[in-house]
Amino acid sequence: MEAFAYAAPRTVAEAVELLVGANGSARVLAGGTDLIPQLQEGRRRASLVVDVKRIPDLCVLDWNPEEGLTIGAAVPCAQVAAFPRVQQHYPALHTACTLIGSVMVQNRASLGGNLCNAAPSADSVPPLIVHAAEAVITGPGGTRRVPVESVCTGPGQTCLAPGELLVRLHLPVPPPHTASAYLRFTPRNEMDIAVAGVAAAVTLDPAEGTCAHVRVALGAVAPTPVRAIAAEEYLAGKPLTDEHLRRAAQLAVEAAKPISDVRGSAEYRRHLVTVLTFRTLRAVRDRLAGGPAARS
Amino acid sequence: MSTKVIVETTINGVPETFVCEPRQTLLEVLREELGLTGTKEGCGNGNCGACCVLLDGRPVNSCLVLAVEAQGREIVTIEGLAADGLHPLQQAFLEHGALQCGACTPGFLVSAKALLDAHPRPTEQQARRWLAGNLCRCTGYDKIIRAVLDAAERMQADGSAGEAALADKAEAGATGNAPQSSSRPTAGEEVRPA
Repeated sequence: MEAFAYAAPRTVAEAVELLVGANGSARVLAGGTDLIPQLQEGRRRASLVVDVKRIPDLCVLDWNPEEGLTIGAAVPCAQVAAFPRVQQHYPALHTACTLIGSVMVQNRASLGGNLCNAAPSADSVPPLIVHAAEAVITGPGGTRRVPVESVCTGPGQTCLAPGELLVRLHLPVPPPHTASAYLRFTPRNEMDIAVAGVAAAVTLDPAEGTCAHVRVALGAVAPTPVRAIAAEEYLAGKPLTDEHLRRAAQLAVEAAKPISDVRGSAEYRRHLVTVLTFRTLRAVRDRLAGGPAARS
Repeated sequence: MSTKVIVETTINGVPETFVCEPRQTLLEVLREELGLTGTKEGCGNGNCGACCVLLDGRPVNSCLVLAVEAQGREIVTIEGLAADGLHPLQQAFLEHGALQCGACTPGFLVSAKALLDAHPRPTEQQARRWLAGNLCRCTGYDKIIRAVLDAAERMQADGSAGEAALADKAEAGATGNAPQSSSRPTAGEEVRPA
């Protein structure tokens, strides 16, 4: 690895000052599971590495019935997955936190890092999108809140300006009669990167038995994780019958702009989107009915 | 050039101070500065688990940790496993022939110790999932899994599974502001939900 300086600030303000001072050549270190190999292999460079794990604001993990869930940007996946409210209210996110890498990786890798690394295949991002998560970003000009779906702007690229720091993620309380799921396809059961992934969250109108609110988000099939708007609009107001789920799954492909690479061809990925969208929505339906959760 | 940094840490229960460059990984410092060569380098990028150590009680890939991050933390390496005689996991690996070339073995042992600290009676599926981040190119895994499950059984039988309490203590320090009760894995909890 090329040499760099290291700082472990104790406050967000100190971290922002360091990032601003480095003029775009600093990198933020949380779990390091992406950053360290990137620095080793020369895929990213840094004059300064700013370790944010000593900043209390970035290590918060808290839930309350008004605000919902707050996840500090540096909290490791294993800690998020072990937080009971996550499994209870945000099951799609819970699944993603148990799928990323190995136990060793999950003990280090943070959701903030997964988002800011901006890999199209980032497992936690489609779940964050369907849970309507917002990113709280602080920079020299103050703090702004950005919907997670707008954070990634391209592979490895985010909307964060130099000097800005992702501080925390905020997930609102899901309305009653809501369930979610995340499924991905990987050739191996463990330790693999998604060829495609689909998250969905549905809020039912219990009187009508129809979808009051639907979100579907796709991973690894476009330059960034994307919402499948056509599928969402189709399902709104409809009951979750197999027929409607199949149609929604076909419409989800409209949002996919996959590439062909070592993990799969574009055509294969489009096929996976239909299969995974159907299965994910079916898993959500099972959860809404109190049934067993589905496997990929 | 970046300047060197003094890092104060605890390794295998002993306070240790070392000097390193920020760009050095914990793995590099353990092996090359501190002579703790039991921890192996396999892939060097977090895929193989040969470099597994416990950082505040939790298994991590030491190739993906900067040595400077160890400031104030507690590290356990393979050298810290045996106390009075071999750790039951080490004994079980020997008896089951759970190694051939041995390069992955220290990583498996440390990772498996963390498994048994968190889940003293793992199911086979739990053990396989927990150890999925440790790669072995010789054994086909079966003997490793058998050894881990056998060690768990023996530790239960002779009451030596009490190390979980120590791990929990270390973990509490590593969980930041999170309530301890919610972030601590409990016995019998599924490693991954369906």
